[in-house]
Parts: sequence; C-alpha cells; structure tokens
Amino acid sequence: MDLTAQRVTLTGGDGAGAEAKPRLADRIDAWLPKIVLAPTFVCALVFIYGYILWTAVLSVTPSRMLPKYEFAGLVQYEALFANERWWLALKNLALFGGTFVLVCLAVGLLLAILLDQKIRGEGFIRSIYLYPMALSFIVTGTAWRWILNPELGIERLLHDWGFENARFDWLIDPEMSIYTVVVAAVWQSSGFVMALFLAGLRGIDDSIIKAAQVDGASMPTIYRRIIIPSLRPVFFSSFMILTHIAVKSFDLVMALTNGGPGFASDVPATFMYSFAFTRNQIGLGAASAMMMLMIVVAVIVPFMYSELRRPRHG
Amino acid sequence: MAELFQTRNTGHTIGRVIVYGLLVLVCFYYLMPLFVMVTTSLKSLDEIRAGNLLSLPQDPNLDAWGKAWSSACTGVQCEGLAGFFWNSVSFVVPAVLISTLIGAVNGYVLTMWRFRGSDLLFGLLMIGCFIPFQVVLLPMARTLGAMGIANSTAGLVFVHVVYGLAFTTLFFRNYYVTIPDELVKAAKIDGAGFWLIFRRIILPLSAPIIVVSIIWQFTQVWNDFLFGVVFSSGERQPITVALNNLVNTSTGVKEYNVDMAAAIIAALPTLFVYVVAGKYFVRGLTAGAVKG
Amino acid sequence: MGALSIRDVRKSYQGTEILKGINLEIEKGELLILVGPSGCGKSTLLSMIAGLDTVTSGEIRIGDRVVNNLSPKDRDIAMVFQSYALYPSMTVRENISFGLEIRKVGKAEQQKIVERVAHTLQIGHLLDRKPSQLSGGQRQRVAMGRAIARDPSLFLFDEPLSNLDAKLRVEMRVEIKQLHQRMGTTIVYVTHDQIEAMTLGDKIAVMKAGEVQQFGTPQQIYDNPANLFVAGFMGSPSMNFIPARVEAMGSGHGVRLESGANTYVFPAVSANGKLKSWEGKEVVFGIRPEQITHKVESGLVGEHMATATMPISLTEPTGPDTLVLVPVNGREVTCRVHPAHARAPGENMDLMFDLSKAVYFDPASELRIA
Repeated sequence: MDLTAQRVTLTGGDGAGAEAKPRLADRIDAWLPKIVLAPTFVCALVFIYGYILWTAVLSVTPSRMLPKYEFAGLVQYEALFANERWWLALKNLALFGGTFVLVCLAVGLLLAILLDQKIRGEGFIRSIYLYPMALSFIVTGTAWRWILNPELGIERLLHDWGFENARFDWLIDPEMSIYTVVVAAVWQSSGFVMALFLAGLRGIDDSIIKAAQVDGASMPTIYRRIIIPSLRPVFFSSFMILTHIAVKSFDLVMALTNGGPGFASDVPATFMYSFAFTRNQIGLGAASAMMMLMIVVAVIVPFMYSELRRPRHG
Repeated sequence: MAELFQTRNTGHTIGRVIVYGLLVLVCFYYLMPLFVMVTTSLKSLDEIRAGNLLSLPQDPNLDAWGKAWSSACTGVQCEGLAGFFWNSVSFVVPAVLISTLIGAVNGYVLTMWRFRGSDLLFGLLMIGCFIPFQVVLLPMARTLGAMGIANSTAGLVFVHVVYGLAFTTLFFRNYYVTIPDELVKAAKIDGAGFWLIFRRIILPLSAPIIVVSIIWQFTQVWNDFLFGVVFSSGERQPITVALNNLVNTSTGVKEYNVDMAAAIIAALPTLFVYVVAGKYFVRGLTAGAVKG
Repeated sequence: MGALSIRDVRKSYQGTEILKGINLEIEKGELLILVGPSGCGKSTLLSMIAGLDTVTSGEIRIGDRVVNNLSPKDRDIAMVFQSYALYPSMTVRENISFGLEIRKVGKAEQQKIVERVAHTLQIGHLLDRKPSQLSGGQRQRVAMGRAIARDPSLFLFDEPLSNLDAKLRVEMRVEIKQLHQRMGTTIVYVTHDQIEAMTLGDKIAVMKAGEVQQFGTPQQIYDNPANLFVAGFMGSPSMNFIPARVEAMGSGHGVRLESGANTYVFPAVSANGKLKSWEGKEVVFGIRPEQITHKVESGLVGEHMATATMPISLTEPTGPDTLVLVPVNGREVTCRVHPAHARAPGENMDLMFDLSKAVYFDPASELRIA
C-alpha cells in the first residue's frame, strides 16, 4: 500500500515546498453557488422589491389610464380615503377576515381533536375534510353560488323539507352577501387548519399527557390546561396563513358575488382590480395595493419577528 | 395521541358514538357541494327547476358536460372550455417544471453551499411568499408589455415561475436542511464538484420533495385566477378565467347544469392529483405553512 | 520532513478566535489523536486539514506541499465521518468506488480495488446493499472502506466510533489499530474519548479552548500531564485533585493531608525539591486512583510509599476493582482497591499511596509545579 510518495508527486506538480496556488477551476467552483443563486436573487430584488417601489411611485402620481410619472403628493390616498367604496371594502375585509379566521380556527381545532381520538378510517375522513383545498377558489365560488342561489338553492331545499316560510337569500342581500364568502371560504380552508392542528397534536410528547393522567387530571382538564396551550405555535401560524388568505381573497369574491349586490361585498382586492384594470385609475389602484401591502405587513411583521428570534437549527 | 374519553364504560361508548356521529356529519358537509355539483351537472334544466339541490337526477345525461366542454359561451365566443383547458395545460406544465428545478438548485445552495449573506438572501426571498400580489400587478403588466410577452403563454409561465420560486425554494431548502452536510463534505473529499454532487448525491434523495413541489406548484398555478385575469385576455385565458366568464355570461337562460359541469372540468386535474397523491399534497400544504 | 505539519495555524470566525496558533507535526505512519471536550476546536482543525474549512493564518503541509489553498480533492486525503456520510442512494460498491470513478480510474481497476478493500474489511457480502440496510458497525466499515480505496497519503477520522454502542466501539477500536499497524498509514483521529485517545494514538494532542494543552505520546501525557486540565481529562476515573499545604519535612517537603481524625504529611518524593518556594502555601496534590490501593504488608513498601487509615464514605464495585471514596482535605478521593480488600462504608481502611507518580499543580495558574 505504499504508493504515497509516488502519489504526492503525481498530484502535486507544483514542486516540493512550493505553496500550491488554487487552480482556476477551483476558483470558479468557489463562485458557483453565488452565480447559481444570482438569478433568483435578482428576480426577487426586481420583481418583488423593485415592483413594490414602482407601485409606491405610481401611487403618488396622477396616473389614470397610462402611467404618468409626475409627483402628485398624496392625492391618490386622499381620493382613496374619500371613496366610500374603499371604506366599504375595508369594512368587509374586517368582517370577512374576522369571522373567517375565527370560524376556521374553531372548526379546525375541534375537528383535529375529534380526529385524534384513535378514529377508525382516520385517513379517509381526513382526506374528505381536505379535498376542497385542492380546488380553485373560482370552482368553490361557482359551486356555492349555485348552492346559495336564492330561488333554487338552499332556500328551495328548506321549502321542500317543510319550512314553507324559510328565506335564504344572503347572496342578494347587501347586508349578508359578505357572509356567503365566509361560508364558502370556511368550507374550503377549515380542513387545512384541521390538518395543521392535527399535526400539532401528534407532535405533543405523549409522556406529558401520561404524567398529567398519573397526576389525576381528567381528560377535559388535560386538553384545556396542557394540550391546547401547547398548540400555541399552530394557532399562531394558522392565524397568519388565514389572515393572509383573507387579505389576498379575490378569486372567491369574484366568482361568488362579483362584489355585489352593487358593491356590497367588495373587498380591497376586488377594489384594486376594478380601479387599476377596468376603470383605468392606475394611481388609485396603486394606492389601494399599497394599503393592502401595509395591512399584510402589519400582520406578518410580528410573526417574522418572533420567527427570527427563535433559535435556528441549521 | 390523547383520548378524550379514557375509561371503558357506558360514558365511553356514548362518547365514541358522539365523536363518530360528528365526524360523519362533517363529512357530509364537506362532500355536499361536490355531490350537488355532480348531480346538477347530470340533470336537465327542467329537472333542476322542478327538484331541489339534493334530489337525484332522474335521467342522468352528459349533455351539460358536452356543452361545457365544446359549445358554452365564455363571453362573446361560444366554444366551451376545451381551448382554455389546453391553454392552462400549456403554461402550467412548463411553469411547474421550471420553478421546481430552480427551487431545487436554490435549496441546494442555501443548505449545502451556504455563504456569507445566503441566509439573508433566503429571508429576502421568503417575503415573496407574503406579499399580496396586487402590489406587483401594475408594474408586471407594463413589463410583460415591454418584453413583448403580454397575453402569451410565455408571459404566464414567466410570472408563475417568478412568484412560485419563493415557495419551491422554501420546500427544497427545508428538505435539504435535514440531509447531513457531511454527505457533501464526503463527496468533496471524494473529488466531486458542485454539479456532480447535486446530480449524483442530492438529486437521488429528492424524489419526495420533488413530488411535493410539483403538486404544490401544479395546484397553485392551475387554480390561479388573479394573474390569469390580469395578464391574459380573449383566447389566451386560462381555464379559471374562462369558467368565471362562462358563469357570468348573462345571455339567454342561466344553465346551472352547464355551470356545474364546467366547474368540475376546471377542478378535475387538481382533484385527480389530490386523489392520486394526496399524501404529498398535504405535506406540501403543511410544509409551506410551517414558515409561510 | 513530517507527513503532516501544522504551523501556527489560526482560525477566526466572525471576530472570535477558535484556534489560537496550533503547532503539530507527525511523521509518516503515525497516528495522531486530537482529543478534547466539545468546542475545543479539534473538529475545526480536522476540517481545515481536510480543506473543508479555510485557514485564517498559518500553514498546513501534507507531505512536502503547503495545502492551504488546495481544494479537498487535491490534498490526497480521505476522511471518515462521525455520521459515516455514506451516500444513501448508492450501494456499498458504488459508495466505495465513487471517489475512484471521479478520479477517472478505469472500471476494471475500480473493480479490483473494491474487491481488495472488501476483503480487507470483510464486507464482501454487503457490496450490493444500500447503506440503509446496514447495521451501525457495517456502515462504519463501509465508511472506512471508502477511505481506504483511494489509498491517500493521509487519513482523517472525525469521531468515527461515537455513534456505535459501547461493545462495538471497543471492537472497532481494535480493528482500526490493527488496520493502522498493517497498512502503515498516516492518520489524524479526532475524538472526545480519552480511552480511545490512549489506546489508539502514537501521539496525542490534548486541546482545550482552541489551544493545544499538551502534545506527546500517550504515556508522556498520562504520566506527566502539563497542567490540571490534561491531568483531569486523561484517565478514568479521573485523577484526584487534593488542595494541600506544603510543609517542610526532613531535608525535603511534604503535603499535609487530613482525613477523619487523622493528619498525615506525605513526602513529596517526586517533586525533586521544586516545592521549596511553596512552603506554607497551598498546592493541588494530584494522584491517580490506581496509585491508592489497599495496604499490603510486605514487598513493595519503600520510600515512595505512604500508608494511612481513612474512613470510607462510599464504595463503587466495578468488577475487577472496587472504587473506594474517602474524604481527604474536604474532597472525596477515589482509590482503586482489590474487591477482596474493600471495606464497607463507615468503616476505616488502611490505604497505601504510591507517591512516585504524584504530581503538584499551582492552584492559580493550574500549571504543573512538579
């Protein structure tokens, strides 16, 4: 096995004692990771940060049908906040977002706890709860638009079941139409929240529960005092995701109510689309988009902050 | 796993019955819209007007499906969803493949070849998962116009790749973090370089996460409506936009059965993927959720 | 010229110095152990030798080449990792031949080398398995096989046995030693286990906080530790450290020990008069457990032997020996006695101290006085 001396001269052509210089190929290799990551980095820089800046610029110009790069101060924001339809959209977002998030969390947690009781056929049931997540919001909206049809939908069903005077016309009721969005959105997303909670429940150390049982705690007490509090991170991330879905919600409203009746179920996303792309009010559209970004930032930043403070495993 | 009802007695049995009862009831709730969609799509319009949501079709037929596929009106033209379905296929496939491939390489660099600032870079990219896309729509519309790929397959592929990268990178990065980096060190000492290690060591281990990423991206891109409605028009539109147009076309009688058939057609590819690879779909959802 | 020489090597990472000027040199065919507690910098040093980590300053030579700027593949080294780092998607055969393939060794030659390595390590029957189908010990062998196949001029082992259970670890330790003796390879071996260090090493570098505390043969380090840390780190059970006052005793000096009701002054026979300036002050008196045994009536007694009667506070039978704990100057001191002579806790026992190998440390600087 004594090839060592030979090998050294074979690979080390630099001569005895000389400091070997890094070869060109090695130097390229050293740069390769950075080169490979560069396109993505540039994309993120331009198409996320650059565009946010661009939109911000547009929002302080008088642009209407075409961008017009003159500084106009905050006129677009003033116009936005003077616009009743915007306020309605914000109010709807608050109503929709609030109910949607709360109901999803409650339903998701309940279903997860029920499914965690050593249920036979759990996998099958779970896949039924989750399939709506595979559908497009447009499909969901189309389906629920039919189900909630004021004449032929649930109302007819209730009549057929003997509730002659039942009325169910939320879809055309300006006061209630935003809640139809909640109904459809909860149907679509609650299974997902259930999956998150279930994963959280499965992650809890079994011995903690056993210890509590040995201590004589009843099961409801264990859930209330030990299990649910330890799901805190799941609550947190579910909350973030749901809020995020709520602020971005556009497809569902378009398909289900198209913002109607009138503007009764408008949300910021449909408002932005309508002003920026169908009413040729680019400046105003940009201003509303910036406001949406700020709403998301207000929700996400605390999350990111706590994420970054958590110790890394990498 | 904890059981709410732990003791074996009558209370236990009653508890189990209640739990199963609730679970089954909720199953009905989740399945009801699908049931309604399918039955409605098989009914005639007369039958729909005569019956109710849950009544079974007396004379099931595929007329509504045929119409939805080839002759229903989506705005001014009346050629059904067929063309739009293939539109979607034509940009979804390349968008999914490209974004997954780039995501894999990004994840590889971000875990195995970390350099000063690479974590920061990752953080910057992750914010792409969070922004409401409304904030990039106007500039992107102008950029696509300037690049000459507005209202084209290439344009939609481009947009979906750019904004899908954050997620695919996240998937691969989080997966590769679990691979010990000693593997890469060993390969370096064995004499392998950047691409060889990726191809021979890392990629053969990536099958599960590639499936997750492809399914996630496929579902996202296929189901997208916002980019489709903003960056395409007329014959170029994806199926989600066409479906919405079909439902909102207000000429003549409202054909609910055609609407439902069209909705199912639009949903079939993703539903199919869910049925075939649901495990990976859920994994993608939860993986995306851990950080996103 | 040495097979490996490390000259004033430093490593800083984000402003903190992890390695503070390391100097080591070994000859061809020697097995160098880097041992120390976790965080002492031993693994970083190994990574730098491998080329997986950059050198901040100083020089690393393998053979006659300065390798600071060479990439790992050009250093003519092979490495065995703690986690084995076998490529999960490849068979054992492919794992072993991967490095050969990259170096464009011909297929037939690869085949021959794999066969030879498999024969050496007795893993022939495993060649077509995947790593996931192997036991811990088998993975360990494959990892070594992968290293041997390339026949490098320097082997690097990064805690290769720490993932094995105790029994297997001892077996593999023996095998590594046999392999080293048979093949005459030069090895740098990192471990935190002082028994591994003692049994395997030709040279040991004991490290702590980025510095080499002592560099020498296992016996030198065991018998003549340079400081309190090395003395305490090497040996199990570890050396007893007893704070004791130095007193004049005849022509020389002694240390004052109190145990139970008795007080003794033991002559510092191994100190060679170096305790003179410490008279009246406290030093740390170091004596290994095996140097305190039960009293034998005849034979070995000489000038360096001292006897004492001490109360037993605890006994720990280990099988071949029984460890007996006695209080001395407020410390529990461990003695290694024959099980047949061990007494029960609470009783007094006559003990014999072999003072010829006792050591004395400065309690402030922790350096060896004598």
